[in-house]
Amino acid sequence: MTEQIPRWASETFWKKTAIWVTGGSFVLLVVLTFDSMKQISAGSSRVQAYSVINKDVSYRFDKSKQRYQPVIGDDAPLFGKTLNEEESEKLVDLGKKTVQAKNCMNCHTLLGNGAYYAPDLTKAWLDQGWGAKESRESLMVNFLLDPEKNTRTYGSNRKMPNLDITQQEAEGIVAFLKWMSAIDTNGFPHNFKAIGEEE
Amino acid sequence: MTILAYQEKAAVCWAGCKQRHAELMANPFLSGGQKLAVHYFTVAMVLFMAQLLFGLLAGLQFLFPSFLYEILDFNVNRMVHINAMVVWMLYGFIGSVYWFLEDESGVPIVGLKWGQLAFWVLTGAVTVVVLVYLLIQFGAGNDTSLWLINEGREYIEAPRWADIGIVVVMLIFFYNVAATFSAGKWSGIAGVLTLDLVALAGLYTAGMFYVTNISVDQYWWWWVIHLWVEATWEVLVGCIMAWSLMKLLGVRRKVVQTWLYIEVALMFGSGILGLGHHYFWIGTPEYWFTIGGFFSALEPIPLVAMVVHSIYDSGVHRFKNSNHPALAWIIAHAFGNFLGAGVWGFMHTLPQINLYTHGTQWSASHGHLAFFGAYATINIAFFYLAAQQARGNVWMGGDLANGWRWKTACILLNLGVLGMTVALLIAGYEQSFIERAVEGSTWAGYFAAQNHPWFMQAMIWRMVFGLMTAAGGGLLFWDLLEIGKGEQRHAAVIKTEAEAAIAS
Repeated sequence: MTEQIPRWASETFWKKTAIWVTGGSFVLLVVLTFDSMKQISAGSSRVQAYSVINKDVSYRFDKSKQRYQPVIGDDAPLFGKTLNEEESEKLVDLGKKTVQAKNCMNCHTLLGNGAYYAPDLTKAWLDQGWGAKESRESLMVNFLLDPEKNTRTYGSNRKMPNLDITQQEAEGIVAFLKWMSAIDTNGFPHNFKAIGEEE
Repeated sequence: MTILAYQEKAAVCWAGCKQRHAELMANPFLSGGQKLAVHYFTVAMVLFMAQLLFGLLAGLQFLFPSFLYEILDFNVNRMVHINAMVVWMLYGFIGSVYWFLEDESGVPIVGLKWGQLAFWVLTGAVTVVVLVYLLIQFGAGNDTSLWLINEGREYIEAPRWADIGIVVVMLIFFYNVAATFSAGKWSGIAGVLTLDLVALAGLYTAGMFYVTNISVDQYWWWWVIHLWVEATWEVLVGCIMAWSLMKLLGVRRKVVQTWLYIEVALMFGSGILGLGHHYFWIGTPEYWFTIGGFFSALEPIPLVAMVVHSIYDSGVHRFKNSNHPALAWIIAHAFGNFLGAGVWGFMHTLPQINLYTHGTQWSASHGHLAFFGAYATINIAFFYLAAQQARGNVWMGGDLANGWRWKTACILLNLGVLGMTVALLIAGYEQSFIERAVEGSTWAGYFAAQNHPWFMQAMIWRMVFGLMTAAGGGLLFWDLLEIGKGEQRHAAVIKTEAEAAIAS
């Protein structure tokens, strides 16, 4: 049998195509990565500076964009103390490290990524389940320090275990959650009514 | 039983393992690379069993939340479940490559001793990591915990010391592959495989740093997870599949290599920028909606191509093959990859639906079928190739002694995973509607969906099918230990197309 393979079906044609497509896609990804890194650095309009923990944060529907987005308000220092940028970053950093060291992501989701055994933490700071803004900080810290005693199972019987979180770590986690709630997540989660935004 | 009795049992067990190992090393039917591959396959199967066990424990906790509370909490079970999976798949891939490296290159493996050393180092490290996961579980919120206990980032939880070990082992593996092909002969498969391994090892380093900014953290984290699972792993599997189609069915090299290049073009062409579907909601710019949505919608195309390719080759060769269980698993791979990774992924990849499905059991449904269909299946196919050769390249066609075992295991595993996938999909639908669309994603909304009878029913069905999967896994393990033992017939000889043409 004599083979007459058209050019478009030949091994060489597809070898070259594979190299060019892969190279081209990767170069484009690298370019987009540089731009994305710039746009999501802390202190940008999409990802707030760590000192945003000194401000009131909320989440409202934006009619022009037709999606929800964070709204940064007046001064509302966390634990009643205004921190400078460096101190804020240190506290948020402690919270982030604690969230990783306690393996929170294998029960919860953060920015929607993780496991599905416990609620998403993206807007945990803004959840109406904390009742009132005034009592929220202490409720969150107490819950983290002793989740079994201050259990919040909503009838599911799923309890967070005691993870030996210290007072300092708990405050760090709350700071991290407050800072994370101010990230512009393109409207995720949708239809979320933040604390203090009751209709 | 007294401690002494346990010690005696452990000693007997250890002696048994040592004897089996000595027998393996003296096996006259296996080359050096193949013996090393069997090492990897053995640990892969043990880790597969661990994956099933910890999956069952985590599944049970959805039904009985008090089960093992503060002993082995959900996050520990789930972490071991997914980590065992990632690692056994890597073991399977490394083993598969070692299996065919000498055949494909035409020379013995250049750094076999290094390969053996890397195997024991990696296995020792995996054992230590798992023991720390189970016994220590978590640490204080500082760098020491991230370096020694747990990095707390889904799928790549391994502490940093282990990350460094993994990279070293991957470099040794890469050296063995590249140097062996250089010493022998290069082929299309060899070229694609070598370049893919560079990308695979390089990408892992993108997940080896700590950063406070969670948007930046998740940006790079997805470079590892997505570009492994939806790009480099798929291409690696394409290479393995190409070699096995030549071996099992006698397909011409020119055909499989052309298909391999087509698949690489389509896979990387869609998969690299398809990464954007993970950048919808993590703080990244809005242009990822368009880029991620468009390219990830194209991701099923190479998987369709793989199905077409496999069906075409199987049809042309009228399913004449030398290893029925392996071919059955390769067919399961072609369809499982297309359905799990392709269809299930496509169903919720566009941002318009992903806004509601992101972070729900939808992802778990997709994950179960995709990992099983795309990767577990092809590894199992290679386990059967190894079992056949290790027992003297024996017959593995029709009327095989105890052939019911591999068939039942295959059916139980496929039905079990498919059943879990559908159950989780129903739970995902319910969550998307009740928690997201109706309740607005609050914690109260989350629990309203979790407590709903539809969700609980789905979790019960997931458990039923999970048990079916575990039964299939156990049977597979047993079968691999026994299949082909005592078989006197030689394996069917499969002619290549060229040989068949000459013969006729």
